[in-house]
Amino acid sequence: MPPVNLKGGLPLSQNMEANSRQGVRKKKKRSLLYSQNAAPYFFIFPFILSFLIFFAYPVITTVIMSFQEVLPGQTTFIGLENYKELWNPTFLTAIRNSTVYTILTLIILIPVPLVLAVFLNSKLMFAKNFFRSVTFIPALTSVVVAGMIFRLIFGGQEGALLNSILSNFGMEPKAWLNHGGTSMFVLVVLATWKWMGINILYFLAGLQNIPQELYESAEVDGASTSRKFWHITLPLLKPISIYVFTISIYGGFSMFAESYMLYGSNRSPNNIGLTIVGYLYQKGIEQNNLGFGSAVGIALLVITLIITLIQLKFFGMFKKEEQG
Amino acid sequence: MKKGLLGMLAIILVSSMFLAGCNKGSSDKGYSNGGKGTKIELWTFNELHEQYYEHMADKWNEENPDDQISIKATTYPYEDLHNKLLVALQSGKGAPDISDVEISKFGNFLKGEPQILPLDDVIDPEKENIVQSRLDIYAKDGKTYGVDFHVGAAVIYYNKEILDKAGVNPDDIKTWADYKEAGKTVLEKTGVPMTTLDIEDQWSFWPQVAQLEGNDDLLKENGEVNLTDPRIVEVLQYEQDLVKEGIAIPSPGNDHHSEEYYGFMNNGGAASVWMPMWYMGRFTDYMPDLKGKIVIKPMPAWSEGAPRSAGMGGTGTVVTNQSENPDEAKKFLAYAKLSKEGNIEIWKQLGFDPIRSDVWDLPEVNEENKFTEYFGPNIFGTLLEVKDEIEGVNIGEKTPDVSNAVKTTILFQSLVEMKDPKQALEEAASQIK
Repeated sequence: MPPVNLKGGLPLSQNMEANSRQGVRKKKKRSLLYSQNAAPYFFIFPFILSFLIFFAYPVITTVIMSFQEVLPGQTTFIGLENYKELWNPTFLTAIRNSTVYTILTLIILIPVPLVLAVFLNSKLMFAKNFFRSVTFIPALTSVVVAGMIFRLIFGGQEGALLNSILSNFGMEPKAWLNHGGTSMFVLVVLATWKWMGINILYFLAGLQNIPQELYESAEVDGASTSRKFWHITLPLLKPISIYVFTISIYGGFSMFAESYMLYGSNRSPNNIGLTIVGYLYQKGIEQNNLGFGSAVGIALLVITLIITLIQLKFFGMFKKEEQG
Repeated sequence: MKKGLLGMLAIILVSSMFLAGCNKGSSDKGYSNGGKGTKIELWTFNELHEQYYEHMADKWNEENPDDQISIKATTYPYEDLHNKLLVALQSGKGAPDISDVEISKFGNFLKGEPQILPLDDVIDPEKENIVQSRLDIYAKDGKTYGVDFHVGAAVIYYNKEILDKAGVNPDDIKTWADYKEAGKTVLEKTGVPMTTLDIEDQWSFWPQVAQLEGNDDLLKENGEVNLTDPRIVEVLQYEQDLVKEGIAIPSPGNDHHSEEYYGFMNNGGAASVWMPMWYMGRFTDYMPDLKGKIVIKPMPAWSEGAPRSAGMGGTGTVVTNQSENPDEAKKFLAYAKLSKEGNIEIWKQLGFDPIRSDVWDLPEVNEENKFTEYFGPNIFGTLLEVKDEIEGVNIGEKTPDVSNAVKTTILFQSLVEMKDPKQALEEAASQIK
């Protein structure tokens, strides 16, 4: 669109002197509107705004609150008191549960979906779309519904679904949710069932970005299927794997709803289902100690940040960026 | 032109995003009485309570044509209600006029400067008729902030059919030692455990602790944590011994409010259970096959002549400081829960033992209803028998913490994992500051 003289009537040259000041201002205004430098900021402004309001502000407030005792009408700074109290067996249990859960989900939810995605991407696979939808459907169910169904499946009674199946094989009924090991197993099964489809989707997207020519030329050179997988597919999936890895770490440590639904509340016998976020919720909200809850939140932030940074460093993510 | 239009659109979109959050709406939607009269918003965690309040509001409007009220009652799930209310009170926005608060959560609302209003002005005129211990549990610094529905007297429900088979007479069971002996007989003769124990809830453990003579229970009278009291260790040891000998088993589903338990008990799975009076409703609604087989008796005592009951559980109804018509809200609350007619209605509709002891021997409470049909007449006879033995409990800011420890670690460790009760209690106590 060519610049338009909005006032229309007078040719600019005639009124130059009278309008010189105005002209400069206008020019400035216009140059600001059309400035290549300002435009990007304008376009990301909505994002910046929502980031500041919904992310930066709460984070900063949380940091401040973690040094306070927050009570209705009486908020006082208490220094590091909240952080000192963090060092207690319950919080350590929560960290242990979250860490074990994260590690187990990483072990299962990275390699398995990767292999499944390769299958689903293969030309030899039959009923591809059917399997793609079937694996993805669980991701669409709400955690609340899934958690309740799993609670019923893994109930401790003889009549509960899994126990009645097991009894057909002559096995004793188990109180699945009353023991640390089995309850972690149930949580991981739930996570696997629910998130498998999403991770397959990520890997499928990655696989479809690998140029077909690479495989073709490898075939010309006589490479076997497994060689193609190890030397073409895997290396080229690295960026997407790192992405999945990163969100899985965060997802594992921030798990809360699954355990909440499985036990029907935030309480589990002996805290075997207590996660870091569950502990935050218990202390901050259920026991009205928002200052302490904030400290738990900051601890979670630090833990995930450190692990993610180490992981990215380990995968050489930063180096790559420097090289451009 | 186009650009201007787009800009306008963008602005409208962005501002609507912000305004959407502020749209409080002044509609009458959801209010009873067609929105006429003083509006009172009310939250509860129990649908039966909601129905009760709505019924009482209609009654109020019939009796007070010049002073109409219009209530909007909402039932939230138990945890959600307390969390929502805490956040609303903490942030100073969004709280209702009146709300139910469950007793083990009440401590949270007394922390700092309570954001709920003292109710002494409406309680004082009725004070002498009300069981005092039910007021003390909601008090801080001499002011009372909540009004309860019921005394929640702990009683024991025996399955008469099973006891008869074993040849045990429930009236002979006076002390917990007798109970254990009777349990052995029942187990030998019928193969059924004498009772089940809550391991993820506190209704087996707390009444036994509160029954102890003296003023301390899980908390000392001054609000300090009392978990390491040797007498409390003994109570837990007693429960552990019951489990070891097979006289008691951990409740199926881990507590007495789970579907698994209802089915188990309904099929004659255990010979008795001790729970507060308000548990009657669970029998009538969830265990229909036991109709006519259950007898209600006072709990065994720790020694002959010691207290045989304790006031357990409770719902303290509060008026928040965000109420626009606090006086009207208080008046309605008093009408619904403190007045004589309110208390009679509480029994009739909810099957609770009302907090006014002067209604316990009125003819109205002995009229037939679904509870007398299920348990037989003279339910209040048991209550009147233990009237002066209902031990109170200490409720304070530490109650939520203690209650959480009981429900997650203490009971599970000592009754399922068979850890030394003393150690379990000490470890839990060391974590509560």
